Amino acid sequence: MNSANYLYVAALLFTIGSIGVVVRRNAIVVFMCIELMLNAANLAFVTFARINGNLDGQVMAFFTMVVAACEVVVGLAIIVTIYRSRRSASVDDASLLKR
Amino acid sequence: MINLALVVGKTAAPEATMFWILAPLAIIAALGMLLAKKAVHSAILMAWVMITLAIFYIAQGALFLGIVQVVVYTGAVMMLFLFILMLVGVDSADSLKETITGLRPIAILAFVGFGGLIVSLIGRATLGHDAVGLDAANANGNVPALAELLFSKYVWAFEVVSALLITAALGAMVLAHNHRVTAKPTQRDLSILRFRTGSLASAAGLPNPGVYALHNAVDVPALLPDGSAAPTSISAMLEARGDVIDSSPFQLGQAEEVEGEDK
Repeated sequence: MNSANYLYVAALLFTIGSIGVVVRRNAIVVFMCIELMLNAANLAFVTFARINGNLDGQVMAFFTMVVAACEVVVGLAIIVTIYRSRRSASVDDASLLKR
Repeated sequence: MINLALVVGKTAAPEATMFWILAPLAIIAALGMLLAKKAVHSAILMAWVMITLAIFYIAQGALFLGIVQVVVYTGAVMMLFLFILMLVGVDSADSLKETITGLRPIAILAFVGFGGLIVSLIGRATLGHDAVGLDAANANGNVPALAELLFSKYVWAFEVVSALLITAALGAMVLAHNHRVTAKPTQRDLSILRFRTGSLASAAGLPNPGVYALHNAVDVPALLPDGSAAPTSISAMLEARGDVIDSSPFQLGQAEEVEGEDK
C-alpha cells in the first residue's frame, strides 16, 4: 500500500473539519472541528516522518498535541464564560458589536 | 523488546487491510460529526475518529504518539469536551437556521474545492525518492529516539511549550473564575427571605410526598387536611413525566374500606 493514502485521509479530514468550523453554530462543535483539523495535520506529519525516514515529523506532531491541549483548555474556558453571561453556546449570539 | 509497530509497518498486506477498513470508517465518522444535530453525538463520533488516528499512528511506526493520542485526546480532551457539554446543556440542539444567507452552500463549495485541490496536489506531488520507512530511525525503539530529538534538537521548543502550558492553565483559571458582585447570603438572610417573600405556607418547607401507612412512595402526592392532594409535595420532574399516582383512593373514607378488605 502506498503511504500517500494516509495523506489523502488527512486532506479529507482537514476539509471536513474546515467545513464544520464555518457551517456549524454551536461553539463546542466548532471547537471539535478545529481539533479534527489539528488531528488531520498530525496524521500528515506522522506520514511524512515515515516517508522521509526521520522522526522530526513525529516531534512536530507531539508539539501540535501539546498546543491543541492548551487551546482546548483556554477555548472551553472562554465558552463557559460566554455561556455564563449569555446563556447560549451559539457563536451567533456573541455579537456585541452588532447592536 | 519487540516493537509491535515496526512489525505492522513492515508487513504491507495487514496494514493495507487495516487502512481500507479504518479509513472509510474515520471519514464517515467525521462526516457524521459534521452532520449530527446534537453536540453529544458529535463528541462520540469525534472520539472514534481520534481512536482511528491513534491506530494509524501506531501502524506508521509512531508508537509513542499513538499512545499519547489515546491518553491525551480520547482521554483528557474528549472528557473535557463532554464535561463542558454537560455544563452548558446537553439538550441544546444546534439551530439549523442559516444566519448569513447563502453561507452554507458557498462554504461547502469553497471547502470541497479546497479539499479537491489538496488531494490533486498530493496525487501529483513527487518526492524524488521512495518512502524510506522508520526501521532505521526506530532501531533502538521509538520512545528513546523521540526523547533524543526532543531533548537535543528541539529542547528550546520543548521549554517554550512548557511555558505555554502553564500560561494556558493560568488563563483557564482566570477565565473560569467567578467574580461575586454581591455578598453571599447567609443562613439568616435566607431565613428572613423565606418568611418575607412568598406564602407563609411554604416557609416551613414543602410537604413530603406519600400518605403515611398506606402509600408513602415519592409518586403519590400528600393529602392536605381537607383531603385534597398537595401538588407541591411531589417533584416537578415526576409530574412532567406523568408518573404521578392519584392519591384520592387513599383518602380517609376510602382508606377504611381498603383496610377492611385486607382484614
